[in-house]
Amino acid sequence: MGQMSRRQLLFTSAAAGGGFLLGLHLEASPRVLAATVKGTQTDFAPNAFIRIHKDGRVALMMNQVEMGQGTYTSMPMLIAEELEVGLDQVHLEHAPPNDKLYANPIFGDQETGGSTSVRAFYEPLRRAGATARTMLVAAAAEAWGVDTASCRARRGVVTHTLTGRTLSYGALAEKAAKLPVPAQVALKDPKDFKLIGTPAKRLDTPAKVNGKAEYGIDVRLPGMKIATVAASPVVGGKLVSVDDAKARAIKGVRQIVRLDDGVAVVADHMWAAKQGLAALDIRWDDGQHGKINTADVVEGLAAAAQTPGVVVRDEGDAPAALAAATNKLESVYEVPFLAHATMEPMNCTVRLSPDRCEIWTGTQVITRAQAAAAKITGLPLDKVEVHNQYLGGGFGRRLEFDIVTQAVRIAQQVQGPVKVIWTREEDIQHDVYRPYYYDRMAAVLNAQSQPVAWMQRIVGPSIIARYLPAAFKNGIDIDGVDGAAQLLYDIPAIRVEYVRHEEPVLNTGFWRGVGVTHNNFVIESFVDELAAAAKQDPAAFRRALLHKSPRATAVLDIATRASGWGKPLPEGRGRGVSVLFSEWGSYLAEVAEVSVSKAGEVRVHRVVCAVDCGTVVNPDTVKAQIESGIVFGISGALWGGVTLKNGRVEQSNFHDVRVMRINEAPAIEVHLVHNQEAPGGIGEPGTAVTAAAVSNAVFAATGRRIRKLPLENQLRSA
Amino acid sequence: MVMLKINGKSHTVDAAPDMPLLWALRDLLGMNGTKFGCGAALCGACTVHLDGIPRRSCVMPVSAATGHSITTIEGVGATASGKRVQQAWLDLEVIQCGYCQSGQIMAAAALLAKIPAPTDTDIDQALSGNICRCGTYPRIREAIKRAARKPATSKKEG
Repeated sequence: MGQMSRRQLLFTSAAAGGGFLLGLHLEASPRVLAATVKGTQTDFAPNAFIRIHKDGRVALMMNQVEMGQGTYTSMPMLIAEELEVGLDQVHLEHAPPNDKLYANPIFGDQETGGSTSVRAFYEPLRRAGATARTMLVAAAAEAWGVDTASCRARRGVVTHTLTGRTLSYGALAEKAAKLPVPAQVALKDPKDFKLIGTPAKRLDTPAKVNGKAEYGIDVRLPGMKIATVAASPVVGGKLVSVDDAKARAIKGVRQIVRLDDGVAVVADHMWAAKQGLAALDIRWDDGQHGKINTADVVEGLAAAAQTPGVVVRDEGDAPAALAAATNKLESVYEVPFLAHATMEPMNCTVRLSPDRCEIWTGTQVITRAQAAAAKITGLPLDKVEVHNQYLGGGFGRRLEFDIVTQAVRIAQQVQGPVKVIWTREEDIQHDVYRPYYYDRMAAVLNAQSQPVAWMQRIVGPSIIARYLPAAFKNGIDIDGVDGAAQLLYDIPAIRVEYVRHEEPVLNTGFWRGVGVTHNNFVIESFVDELAAAAKQDPAAFRRALLHKSPRATAVLDIATRASGWGKPLPEGRGRGVSVLFSEWGSYLAEVAEVSVSKAGEVRVHRVVCAVDCGTVVNPDTVKAQIESGIVFGISGALWGGVTLKNGRVEQSNFHDVRVMRINEAPAIEVHLVHNQEAPGGIGEPGTAVTAAAVSNAVFAATGRRIRKLPLENQLRSA
Repeated sequence: MVMLKINGKSHTVDAAPDMPLLWALRDLLGMNGTKFGCGAALCGACTVHLDGIPRRSCVMPVSAATGHSITTIEGVGATASGKRVQQAWLDLEVIQCGYCQSGQIMAAAALLAKIPAPTDTDIDQALSGNICRCGTYPRIREAIKRAARKPATSKKEG
């Protein structure tokens, strides 16, 4: 695709509003979106995803949000494939909140997360495209008085193959709109795909190389003020008093807003707001968590780990085998609280009037954000408009809408529109963190050094019980046990238990891979321990246990072969392997190559990852997501972890929240398996598979088994 | 009142001398391509050029920028190295969420303007201050090398 055609793929609202007249653009965009849903009489809108204008413009509504993972290309590919238009012919629009039209079938609401977009919409969006194309072809056949079988659609034009007559989709829109929507349509045979499976260029990136892409933080409205916030540093704490005299004296500071659990400084610009915030003298009532340290949390988890949990999976009699065993291994694994540190700090813009609430933000859960604003304001849902924006990173952080709740509460006290932006410090210290998990592992090796019993007891809070209560059944957090319940290794006795233990001192939530990210580290580290105890090669040990899973075996073989597994390495280097399978439906195997300095610094030199995620929509996006996940996973494994002192998060910015930088990044190779299996998730698996591969490589390089993350803390403290 | 020369145009802004350039650009001038990431020169999302040198606008007072030529992501495409970097970024599909990429592109463009054929070490030194949470580093490295190899195609480029 040429550069010009890619440039044309601007949002229709942006095309109408243009360049940097952002106020005007945003003023106009709600009307554009309203028109999106209703359509007009001459537009052809057979479903909520497609609208074809009389002038030939093809608008596609994007309900799965773009936070870097490439959905604003993969979703259009699914529609365009069946609609028979080119990606250069479509315009994209952020979909408005509407669970009835846009719910993600895996969650039941309009939600982007859990590596679900392609899995959930692979068929629905193709069907949406096929339905529209079928109707356009029928409209052309009717116009010509010919059989539909003699008509062919291609690049937005229907051709009568016998006579060569053509009609464009735009010319057919009015006629097609009057036809009944067919209940059933035929989807293409995958062998006829022209787009799906090809490395299509991303539609969102041209606006991201020149500063034109609009994120939530870029919203500008006429008369808008900027606010920044200090919320209680302790969860559950309350504001007692604030001396704002110095803050009010700062030029540009307009107002100090008091909430029961925070203070906001409202100003003409962020600089005044930040200075104002720093000048406040705030007194807090810390509440019941004001004396809690990380060690207290771990103590609580360790105590909870002493009691049996709810049984998630039970085959054979693992407890009996463990009780009788002579050759038994037992280990405890711990993973820390993790902050997301999305590059775009949390923010939300609100314009509130007595009968209307308008919100601009980048959210993974637009209808939840809408409902939260409706609840606070008392307005009905249809009076709350939410305009999604590009997300400057999600990673699960924007599955929470605490920023929306807070911004609306602030807006209730402010005249005119207000954009609430958190400082990085606020963002790190008021995150919804990946929980601290504590796992007890045990296994039995027989006389031939084969594992005959396996036991995992997972201890941690339940995110699902809070977030998707209907999915929290029989005391099992389906996310917390994901990746553990599906253990692929063929072991005669397997027991997986889950102990729910809440950690109210911090808010906990989803973090790229959540349950699987934690479980894969624990399981694949412990399997490595078993291989070492059996004095076997870690890859060969796994392969012998995977004979019932050909797809897992295949990725393991690809990754080990490509990595040069077994070949000599320079002195001080080691290779580690990890295999992943979970609810995402994708199979991954990864080999990491590391060295460790005397001071305990880990250098990851090279990572080779083999991925079988079934049917691939955009292969370059899959590779990019795996690369991304690996870097994210290494950051977490080596350095990740926020700690608590007196109920307060001790870290605050990128000087003490260490994340990977370019000079530390390994060479990464991704190998894709090609098959026609159902699509699997790809956004999170690269992160989930990485910590164990790196830790196992550290073991290979140093002989040190690390059972508590982050790795470098353990290596340094030895 | 402070005078700022940005992307070849003069602007007068009502800013206190100690206001960081970042907020003058974003909140006073509506130039939102330059991003806020940390406010402490730790992440590089706010990188702009001052007389061609990459600087962190979140800690640079406007008073220090006065009298200098400021280039932002909105204007870097008018420079030869900036245009090549932008094109290489698209050719190799570097970008994911994109939030840090204004800063990455500004850092890369400044590097290429100074060192036409940078080594891996040059790239590490020039871009280690720019964090990308999407982990696009391997592609950034390749894109810089591609931009270095590829001569300018447009006649406009100098």
